[in-house]
Amino acid sequence: MNGTLFIYPDYEVVRDYDKCIACRVCERQCANEVHSYDPDLKKMFADNTKCVNCHRCVCLCPTHALKIVKSDNTYKINANWDNQTINEVYRQAGTGGVLLSSMGNPKPYPVYWDKMLVNASQVTNPSIDPLREPMETAVYLGKKNAGIERDENGRLKDTLPPQLKLSVPVMFSAMSYGSISYNAHESLARAAEELGIYYNTGEGGLHKDFYKYGKNTIVQVASGRFGVFKDYLETAAAIEIKMGQGAKPGIGGHLPGSKITDAVSTTRMIPKGVDAISPAPHHDIYSIEDLRQLVYSLKEATDYKKPVIVKIAAVHNCAAIASGIARSGADIIAVDGFRGGTGAAPTRIRDNVGIPIELALASIDTRLREEGIRDNVSIVAAGSIRSSTDLLKAIALGADACYIGTAALLSLGCHLCRSCHQGKCNWGIATQRPELVKRLNPEIGYRRLVRLVTAWKHELQEMMGGMGINSVEALRGNRLMLRGIGLTDRELSVLGIRHAGE
Amino acid sequence: MKRIYVKEKWCLGCHLCEYECAYANSGIADMVKALKGKNICPRIKVEDGDGVHFAVNCRHCTDPICVKSCIAGALSREGDGMVSLDRDKCVGCYTCVMVCPYGAIMPAEDGKAAQKCMLCTDNQMNGEPNCVKHCPNGAIVFEDRG
Amino acid sequence: MLLEGQERIPSGCAVTGVIDRSGKGMTGEDMIRSIAVMHDRSNGLGGGFAGYGIYPDYSDFYAFHLFFDDGAAKTATEEFLGRHFEIAYASEIQTRKIPEITDEPLIWRYFVSPLSRKLESSHLDEREYTARCVNKINTYIKGAYVFSSGKNMGIFKAVGFPEDVGRFYKLEEYSGYSWTCHGRYPTNTPGWWGGAHPFGFLEYSVVHNGEISSYDANRRYIEMFGYKCNLQTDTEVIAYIFDYLLRRKKLTLTEAAHVVAPSFWSTIARKSKEDQEQETLLRKMFSSLLITGPFSIIVGYPGGLMALGDRLKLRSTVVAEKGDKAYIASEESAIRVIEPDLDKVWAPAGGEPVIFELYGGRK
Repeated sequence: MNGTLFIYPDYEVVRDYDKCIACRVCERQCANEVHSYDPDLKKMFADNTKCVNCHRCVCLCPTHALKIVKSDNTYKINANWDNQTINEVYRQAGTGGVLLSSMGNPKPYPVYWDKMLVNASQVTNPSIDPLREPMETAVYLGKKNAGIERDENGRLKDTLPPQLKLSVPVMFSAMSYGSISYNAHESLARAAEELGIYYNTGEGGLHKDFYKYGKNTIVQVASGRFGVFKDYLETAAAIEIKMGQGAKPGIGGHLPGSKITDAVSTTRMIPKGVDAISPAPHHDIYSIEDLRQLVYSLKEATDYKKPVIVKIAAVHNCAAIASGIARSGADIIAVDGFRGGTGAAPTRIRDNVGIPIELALASIDTRLREEGIRDNVSIVAAGSIRSSTDLLKAIALGADACYIGTAALLSLGCHLCRSCHQGKCNWGIATQRPELVKRLNPEIGYRRLVRLVTAWKHELQEMMGGMGINSVEALRGNRLMLRGIGLTDRELSVLGIRHAGE
Repeated sequence: MKRIYVKEKWCLGCHLCEYECAYANSGIADMVKALKGKNICPRIKVEDGDGVHFAVNCRHCTDPICVKSCIAGALSREGDGMVSLDRDKCVGCYTCVMVCPYGAIMPAEDGKAAQKCMLCTDNQMNGEPNCVKHCPNGAIVFEDRG
Repeated sequence: MLLEGQERIPSGCAVTGVIDRSGKGMTGEDMIRSIAVMHDRSNGLGGGFAGYGIYPDYSDFYAFHLFFDDGAAKTATEEFLGRHFEIAYASEIQTRKIPEITDEPLIWRYFVSPLSRKLESSHLDEREYTARCVNKINTYIKGAYVFSSGKNMGIFKAVGFPEDVGRFYKLEEYSGYSWTCHGRYPTNTPGWWGGAHPFGFLEYSVVHNGEISSYDANRRYIEMFGYKCNLQTDTEVIAYIFDYLLRRKKLTLTEAAHVVAPSFWSTIARKSKEDQEQETLLRKMFSSLLITGPFSIIVGYPGGLMALGDRLKLRSTVVAEKGDKAYIASEESAIRVIEPDLDKVWAPAGGEPVIFELYGGRK
């Protein structure tokens, strides 16, 4: 026994042969080559060992003859050594490698969004019907701590630093061209433009075709500096310095050479076919004063016309870090919780490093207020905002807006199979293979994104109206609108909310 | 008139349209019952090349050569521009099959007449082309391009 | 049961106010008659008055009105006042014993002026210095509560129906050019005198009818600037917001109104370019001070009164003029009862501030 042990697959393809018409769509659509047709038997077969459970075949099967089920194969039941833990040991013993995973932390940590309840008006304060009354969801992100100055006629001068205007407090998270496809980027860019919000290039540069969406684009400057040059910075509405990512705090990125196609290579300004490595730290930022220099370098380069965002992963001392960032000249802080997605991360890091966004957001907002510097920055929360209620609760905890990544990808077809790192995304999202990329038609994709955010906006308005709030500004930091359910005193105190019934 | 157009860029070659077409024209309400164990004979066909896929069906030409060549008067151009085939008049000579430059007319399953895409006006879909409805990537569209 | 300040208490209410723009003095009696008409809008758990121009002889001194639970609180407070202020005059506030008002605390009045040496070494302006001292007493001295702290103005409040509170404080003996009054309908309160309205901070006083849904967003924001919302009431946070915008940020009353009850974005878009710029700037700059939910308030300040309602007009406000006098009230009947023959009566639109000032302008 020197090589790899056979490991029984976690999921099985179940085909209802009574329904299967052997049209072979499943076979043609599976980049993992799970399905095959036997012309002699005139039957379809499936190789479960290759299945990643992406549901492409399930969705496209015209007679709904397919489903994927959890395998009931098991080792002896062991509460300590569960099947997955044992299999991971076998894998590592076979390969000697670091385990890789994609998308957000799937472990059963507490999801605090689901332990907070929202208030509504009764009797003393009327609820407001968003179908009859204006219900405002627009927000401006940026520094608010400007002085009052007047011109010779006594009118107020606009002393505010540059702001980002959002029609809804939602933006699309940083996802690089390279980690996701051209068509995924086009979908995000067009949706951002139509919605009056922003998408984020991630650390992959900006494809020349997408410069026309510049006014809805946030460009990222990360530790690898891929694709960063003058036009890139000048085209964007805002610039984001990526210090960390919720899914993998403390480490950099690694885009395998197989994903560095001609276009990705040109956009990133790196050689074709060679692995793109983003270092763990920025090698010109070893402390907060260095960050300040980069913030001001970028502002100098763009004539102080664009807000600078600093994105950090939610880690244990993030409140203190945020306080430092709020004094660094940054206009906006983005905080990414440990359930945030990724195109590839070491499994151990994704599953064990960082803290939930709910706690990080609450402690950062509290800390900045205690220090009287909340107006220095806007706060953007990220790292698994799954629904309009997560969004609403994040705003009530203190966020100015939220980034959504996974939810946006889901609306493009992603089924969270968490195999992005394999580059064979059957939905045309996390892949650079042309025959797979074309599966995501941006005409369809962008409309689905627009519909998702529009639906969330309606729900947000409905819930705000129920609380008697007709402008999202009055929801921000309004923690009395939240109550905890089933939380300890310490959790309530970190979240800064009371328990239900109090 | 509204015609079915195919966007080659977005055609994945999944061949779902062929099955949806065969089902639509089967006259059977259940797809499994309609298609299970059968060799389908759809009016739309996906041509597969090296990394290129393209679904082909009747283009409803403005000057249709099939109509001119029909010896039985079964093919005609309707007022709205649709080229239609009257199965009752068709004698199955297949001249049209041979003259169509796109290969969009073919013998029907029973071998007794020709068949062609009638934009689902002649079946259970009531004029809502089933291939368009079920294309997973928006590669087949039904629109009026003048 | 939790006391006021330990818990947030929503309340409905009645408000009324009057100003004589010629500066002529009026006693508080008209206000008592006006608020009595709206008896049903209160429930006997709080009433109060604010009068401006009532202390002409001590107009250079801050008039502190205090409630003490006991002698110890009074001693501690006087010791604190002695260390920070010159006390020009101190006395118990004269009241009339009536059966409707019970359980009164010790109620004292001090005319004070900051000690110049202390003021200098604090590097604060006089008003900020005084404001911080008031906050200190209210936060740190147990059983003591400053409920009025402006110059040449005074607040009088108690647990009870407002018309009884007016008689209790002998308001017929005071003469002021403007008055506001409040009758309270809290949904749940143990009845604490400090929790009655008006709520005053330095010379600003606020009477308020409504329950704001933006409370915690406003509170958590304003507390960044040294204010402490001890009472957890809407009126308190509204008073601090106006103090912050008017005194510290030096906005005009109209600008402050555009902050707390701004026009909807869709309305702003229809305004002139200049107004668009100004109102957009104010909304961007002070977005956390936008107040949502129903409110109608009267802000009293030296030389004027401002009426302002929420932008959806979820609470009623009526304003009227007769000669030099101008009136503001929750209901028209409360104005008609003191002046049946009015020159002009109208209901301002939601979010539209109505400002009445002495002919000479603000003081």
